[in-house]
Amino acid sequence: MTKTHVSETPRAYGYEPEGTHPPLDSPGYRSTALRHPKEPLVHLPHTLTEITGPQLGPHRILGELDHDLTRQHAGEPIGERITVSGRVLDTEGKPLRNTLVEIWQANSAGRYMHRNDRWPAPLDPNFTGAGRCMTNDEGRYEFVTIKPAPYPWGNHYNAWRPAHIHFSLLGRAFAQRLVTQMYFPGDPFFELDPIFNAVRDERARERMISRFSIEKTQPDWAVAYEFDIVLRGPAATPFEEAH
Amino acid sequence: MTLGPTPSQTVGPFFAIGLPWAAGPEAVAADAPGAIRIHGHVLDGAGEPVPDAMVETWQADAGGRFADMWDHGGPSGQAGFRGFARAGTDDDGSFGIVTLKPGRMPAAGGGGAQAPHIDVSVLARGLLHRCVTRIYFADEPEANAADPVLGTVPEERRATLLAEPVAGGYRFDIHLQGPGETVFFAV
Repeated sequence: MTKTHVSETPRAYGYEPEGTHPPLDSPGYRSTALRHPKEPLVHLPHTLTEITGPQLGPHRILGELDHDLTRQHAGEPIGERITVSGRVLDTEGKPLRNTLVEIWQANSAGRYMHRNDRWPAPLDPNFTGAGRCMTNDEGRYEFVTIKPAPYPWGNHYNAWRPAHIHFSLLGRAFAQRLVTQMYFPGDPFFELDPIFNAVRDERARERMISRFSIEKTQPDWAVAYEFDIVLRGPAATPFEEAH
Repeated sequence: MTLGPTPSQTVGPFFAIGLPWAAGPEAVAADAPGAIRIHGHVLDGAGEPVPDAMVETWQADAGGRFADMWDHGGPSGQAGFRGFARAGTDDDGSFGIVTLKPGRMPAAGGGGAQAPHIDVSVLARGLLHRCVTRIYFADEPEANAADPVLGTVPEERRATLLAEPVAGGYRFDIHLQGPGETVFFAV
């Protein structure tokens, strides 16, 4: 493992603007009711434990096709072939190199390959719906997959989730850990979805929506969506020490 | 340049497709010298088990060093130590990880020393953002008494952060809400 010199290490990460992340108590999303802590959070200063983080690449990247969800089985999955690509950056715009990106999603009928997903849409034997890749030196990642469909859920009468792909990012520090969902532009369910709307700031919500890209769309092959992920950056206080 | 951070969303009920893996709960191999098991349950505000939660842990080794990408006073010298574990809960809300008991390490700003601890992220359906807590060890009373983070936690709630020694390791339950609610941190 290549080590980066300590002088390049942020000593603390900045706090994020109010409204960036959804409140744990979000009554519109019913499952939050018994699961959100009610006691006030205790401030945790950033010590070594918080500014360091795991490097999971060798443990998680199992093969050359981990990033291509359309080629993990004997046949091709049914659905609209797409690419999803972008950069992993921090709030200062610096790319996060060699960091793990994990995704999972429903198939083109809106069904997950999971024992507890039982709504009557077909499973696709050629689609598991899980992918992994590492970012390159520019912080770029790219997946090939099929576009997931919206699906119903039990939150309220006639509730449907907008089509989405789950993303998991480790960043380079425990403080940067992020799990989110990527949405597709123009989804009719945005206004109706309590999970999407739990993010109170409209501009923050828009950062979860991917962009269609004709430039990256591959002729006669795959429609392209771009999705940049921004993790929190260093605290504003300069961390370089004069010697 | 300042970019807006990407918001958090729930991990949902189906993360088992993509996140857990067979060796995920092992921050160190189960047969490594000094390996311990930390297990417990994730419970909701009604005291019911949370069967679709995921617990992630991150920690130093017994020498207080990290298996990470940064060079903070030297890397972990313990071969095969990953420092990170990821475990989904079972139908009864239980989870378990295999790891080493961490050592002491410097506090923020370099003053004093932190007691042995493990950072924990709890993710689940119904959690729109991770909940962060720390595991401390009930059999480290002196180190705990001097720990600068524990010192900021209301005294009557500190016990929620203490893993209790049991055969082969420790037990640590996570109460998301309700009586005995675990202390969670703003990171």
